[in-house]
Amino acid sequence: MVEVSGNVSKALADAARLQAPRVLAILATRFGSLDLADDAVADALVDAARSWPATGVPHNPAGWLMTTAKRRAIDRSRNVTRDYNNTQASAPQLLEQRESADKGGRHLIDDRAGIVDERLRLLFLCCHPALNIDTQVALTLRLVGGLTTPEISAAFLVPEATLAQRIVRAKRKIRVANIPLSIPDPLTDRLDAVLGVLYLIFNEGYFSRSVGHGSPVRVDLVAEAIRLTSILCELTDEPEVRGLLALQLFHQSRDSSRLDPSGDLVRLEDQDRSKWDQSRINEANGHLFDAIGQMAPGRYQAEAIIAGYHANARTASETDWGSIAAIYSQLEAMSGSPVMSLNRAVAVAMVDGPAAGLKILNGIQDLDHYHLLWATKGELLRRAGDRSDAIGAFERAIELATVPTEIRHLQRQLAQLESEI
Amino acid sequence: MEYMILNFSAETTDGPAPGSPEFGALMGRWMGYNQMLIDGGHWISGASLTPTAAATTLRKSDGTSTVVDGPHAETKEQIGGYYLIEAKDLDEALELARQMPTDNGSLELRPVAFRPDAQ
Repeated sequence: MVEVSGNVSKALADAARLQAPRVLAILATRFGSLDLADDAVADALVDAARSWPATGVPHNPAGWLMTTAKRRAIDRSRNVTRDYNNTQASAPQLLEQRESADKGGRHLIDDRAGIVDERLRLLFLCCHPALNIDTQVALTLRLVGGLTTPEISAAFLVPEATLAQRIVRAKRKIRVANIPLSIPDPLTDRLDAVLGVLYLIFNEGYFSRSVGHGSPVRVDLVAEAIRLTSILCELTDEPEVRGLLALQLFHQSRDSSRLDPSGDLVRLEDQDRSKWDQSRINEANGHLFDAIGQMAPGRYQAEAIIAGYHANARTASETDWGSIAAIYSQLEAMSGSPVMSLNRAVAVAMVDGPAAGLKILNGIQDLDHYHLLWATKGELLRRAGDRSDAIGAFERAIELATVPTEIRHLQRQLAQLESEI
Repeated sequence: MEYMILNFSAETTDGPAPGSPEFGALMGRWMGYNQMLIDGGHWISGASLTPTAAATTLRKSDGTSTVVDGPHAETKEQIGGYYLIEAKDLDEALELARQMPTDNGSLELRPVAFRPDAQ
């Protein structure tokens, strides 16, 4: 057996993660078949893993992968034709469907927006609303992110067989329903779906860290979401894309301070701000500045502005809560979400005192089962000096919370409150 | 009068394998039925649809529409009509469905699998 040197294994990993999605996107467009392209790229990666340890990494690995995958796609389409002819001889009735799918297949190449990176088409395909959201997330990570099925299943704690099945079904639906590889026109609605998927991947990575189920092979979904959002940023200058990237980078800048050594959450005001990654913050500031300059506001830009107020405050007491409250009221109007009202209540309480915050909280409907509503109520009641009601609110929050680190955090707050005179 | 016959049945995958004599016999019965309708002057159109795994539903509510993966699942609503359309892909089919002058309800889009009178 040939020993795989470090640079060969790195080149193989890069081929799978960075170059394969691009090759897949180009071949899927050229051959009008996602299945064929996906299989051909998988073949080429297997070829690379077999031959590179012996021959060394080719001078231009991306070019090698493209050429090999293309050859494999041609081989495979010949086999498909042969199978087709065999079936035609034995069961011609079955082929009507195939024929119409192929007829549609040629339309898979649809160039409404002129020259675009094929990965953008692929991203829109993976996030098509005719696929359910779990499927959109899995397909995006698998086809655009270049992750393997075991990696994705570990990241989401979903059994590998379930995830593999989900991807097989999705590819079948894309083929049978003839979902096109195209750039939608208008872009806006469909871009929202793509941003929603990237946001979900980010959140899954960001919050699951505190759940503490980290297995050693776990893929860093935060880094993955940022990478995919950066790719999308290269492909379109829509301000909301840049807003989402800024939002993700502001959050990522706090990576080394948001959990204590035992893995418990550290509140924003208690975090060691000298540990915040200033280069990330600067990068996020730049993206946010570019986005806002386009004068087309949106949800992600608004959330990024808030994250920016926190990230750029040198101390917790310097936080501009008045501006944060104003942005939350815009988000409240934009989304109609009671969670935004909850957030606004926190900001208003910092500016105008706990009573003003509690007044907003008491007007919120539909969040009675949300533990953070009760945790916030408890905290504001404590600050307002209403100790017994505060205890009741924290007890309710603990009942409703499900994440162990959050429960421990709430229990500590409750214990502290009970120990006060 | 023209009548529409809607064929509801469980989606099974354990039918006879294509190429087997059983499969041939099964298809023969369908072809015979089609031919009977054609010979008797009853045939207008008919088609088999792909399984619901390939279905997409456009939900309309007060004029706004949402695309959902999967078949129509609401039992309160009943089939009120049908269109058989030609579209180059699912996006075009969805756009055409979106323009249908209904403000509320669901439109299920299913690819046609096999239509004996297709050109």
